[in-house]
Amino acid sequence: MSKLEFSSLYQLTMVRFRLFLREPEAIFWIFFFPILLAVGLGIAFRNRPADVLQVGATTAQLTQALAADKGLTAETLSEADGTHALATGRILLLAIQRPDGVAYKYDDTNPDARTARLLADRAIQTAAGRRDAVQAGNELVHETGARYIDFVVPGLLGMNLMGSAIWGMVFPMVEARQKKLLKRLVASPMPKWQYLASYLLSRLAMLIIEVAFFLSFARLAFGVPFRGSLWQLCLLCLLTSLAFSALGLLVSSRAKTMEAASGLMNLVMLPMWILSGVFFSASRFPAVIQPVVRALPLTAAIEAMRGNMLQGIGITHMMVQVGILVAWFFVPFGVSLQIFRWR
Amino acid sequence: MGEGTGSAVAELGSRAGEQADGPSLLLRGVRKAFADVQAVDGLDLEVPRGECFGLLGPNGAGKTTTIEMCEGLTAPDQGTVEVLGLNWHNGADALRQRIGIQLQETQFPDKLTVEETLRMFRSFFKRGISVEESIRTAQLEEKRKSRVGGLSGGQKQRLAMACALVGDPELLFLDEPTTGLDPQARRHLWDLVDGLKQAGRTIILTTHYMDEAERLCDRVAIMDHGKVIALGTPQQLIGTIGGEDIVEFAVSGIEATGHGSVDVAPLLAIPGVQSHRVDAGLHQLSVSELHLAVPRIFAALNQQGLHLSEFRTHSATLEDVFVRMTGRNLRDE
Repeated sequence: MSKLEFSSLYQLTMVRFRLFLREPEAIFWIFFFPILLAVGLGIAFRNRPADVLQVGATTAQLTQALAADKGLTAETLSEADGTHALATGRILLLAIQRPDGVAYKYDDTNPDARTARLLADRAIQTAAGRRDAVQAGNELVHETGARYIDFVVPGLLGMNLMGSAIWGMVFPMVEARQKKLLKRLVASPMPKWQYLASYLLSRLAMLIIEVAFFLSFARLAFGVPFRGSLWQLCLLCLLTSLAFSALGLLVSSRAKTMEAASGLMNLVMLPMWILSGVFFSASRFPAVIQPVVRALPLTAAIEAMRGNMLQGIGITHMMVQVGILVAWFFVPFGVSLQIFRWR
Repeated sequence: MGEGTGSAVAELGSRAGEQADGPSLLLRGVRKAFADVQAVDGLDLEVPRGECFGLLGPNGAGKTTTIEMCEGLTAPDQGTVEVLGLNWHNGADALRQRIGIQLQETQFPDKLTVEETLRMFRSFFKRGISVEESIRTAQLEEKRKSRVGGLSGGQKQRLAMACALVGDPELLFLDEPTTGLDPQARRHLWDLVDGLKQAGRTIILTTHYMDEAERLCDRVAIMDHGKVIALGTPQQLIGTIGGEDIVEFAVSGIEATGHGSVDVAPLLAIPGVQSHRVDAGLHQLSVSELHLAVPRIFAALNQQGLHLSEFRTHSATLEDVFVRMTGRNLRDE
C-alpha cells in the first residue's frame, strides 16, 4: 500500500472525484451544456454574409424587380395574403402596387425590415430606370474577434465557471449534511479543513479539464481568438473558480435541505446571469446600477476574460477586476468558516 | 460551559491511576436543554473498561443526547464528561483517535463502494486495523466492491459498524444499532457486537429494544425524561419487580359493570403474586412460582364469576421493569 492510501486529504479528494464522475448528469451540465449553448448561439447569431431577406409584392412585375436584387427573395402575394405573411413574420416587407406608385408595408422598428425597405426601394427604382449619381464599390471585412460568438464565448466560460463551482460545492455539501454524513465525519478524527480543501482540490482538477475542453472547442469550431497570455487566462479561470467556490461554500454553510439550498443558489446566481453581461454587454444597464453590476464577481470575471481573449490586455492592467474576484474569495470564505454548520 | 460539580470531581481519585484502569466513561451531574426541553436532567454514570453498557429508554428519553455528549458532538450545559480519562476541552483530538462511533441514521454516499468508504474512514486514523480486516469483521466480504446504495439495511448498519472499527477503538459508541432492521439482521448484528465484547472493547450502546439490552449488555441504565430511573445488570433490574414471571389476562362480560368488577384483593392474597396493574383492560400480575400461582388465579377469577377472554404468561423482561417504573409502555410515544 502506498503512502497516499493513508493520506486523508488524498482519500477525501478521491472521494469527491469518484462521486462526481459517477453522476452522469453533472458531467453533462458541466462539460456538454456550455458547448451546446455555444453551438446554439453560434448558429443563431452567426454573421450571415449572404443574408437574404424575404419580401413579397402584389404584382408579378414588382416581384421580378425585387428578385433582381441579390439581397432579396421575392414572391407574389395578394394584399390580404401578404398582410398575413407579414404579420406572421414569413416576409419582412410587402410592396403594394398603387395607382400612383408603390407603397411599402413593413415594421419600421425591425432593423431587418428597414434594410428590406432600402433594398426593395433601390431594386424597384433601378428597374424603373434610376441611375446612380456616384459610382460606389464595397470592401468587405470579416474580422474574427468582432463577431458575436467571440463576444459570447468568454461570457459562457465565466457563466460555466460560476455554475460548476457553486453547484459542485452546494449540492454535495448540503446532501452530506442532510444525510448526517457531515456529522459522522466530524465525529471522526478527520481534520475539518481537509474536508473543505478536498472540495477545492477536486474543483481545481475538474477546472483544468472543463476549461481546456470548452476553449479548445471554441477555438476549433469557431476560431475564437486568444490574444492575451494563456497563462494569465488560466490564472483568471482559477481565481474565478475559487471566488465562486467560496460563494458556494457560503450558500451551503447553513442550508439543511436541498430545497433551501436551491432557493439560495438561484438568489445568488440569477442576478448575475442577468446583469453580468454573459450574452450582451453589461454597460447597457443604466448608470445608476453600474456600481452594483461592476462589483459582481461574474461581471469582473467576464470583463477580465474578454479583455484577455479579445483585446490581449495583460492582467496587470485589470487589477480592478482581479481585486474584485480576490475579495469575493476571501469574504464569503471567511464568513462561511464562521457560520458553517457541520450537523 | 459549566466546569462541573466540585464534589463529583473530587471522587475521581488520583489522576495517575486513571490512564491504566480508570473508568472508560464518567458522567457527573450532566445536564443539557434544547430550547425549552430538558433533554438530559442531571446524569451520573460510570462505565468501567471492558463493559458493554446499555442506555435504554423510549424515544425522547435523552439517550441520543447523552451519547452525543459522550462523543463530543454536543456540549453539556452543566456537568463533566470524561472519556478514557480525558475530556473534550483539551483532549478532543487524542480522543477522536481512540473512540469508534456509529451514529443514528448516517447515510454514507450511495455511489461509493464499501471498500472506498472504509478506506476513507481508515485514512482519518493514525493507527487501526486494515480495511480488509474491518470488512471481514463486519462480514461484508461479498459486498466489498458493491456500492453503498445497493446494500440492505442490515448491511448498511454493518458498514457503519465497520467504519466505527477501522481505528481499532478502545471505546465504541453504538447509537440504536439495530433500529429499523428485520429480526434476522438484528441477530446478525448482535453476533457482531458479541464478538467485539469478547475482544475486550468497552461498548456503550443505546437501544429502545429491551431484548437487545438483555441480550448484549452487562449493565443497563434505564432512562426516562432525561434521568436514569434504574441502573444495574439486566437480572438485577428484572429482580426489582419482585416476580420472575408476568401473568396477563383479560376478562369478558364486565363491560356493562365496568372493570371494577374484578376484585383485586383475592388475587393479591395468592402466595407468589407480587403486584397487579391494569393497562387498557389487560390485567398484569407479577408472579413468582408460576406453577403454584396460576391454578389459584384461575380459581379466584372463577369464584368471581368472570370468564377469561385472554390469558398468557411470560418471563419478566426489562420491558416489564420499565412499565413498572413509569406506568407507561416503552413504545407509547
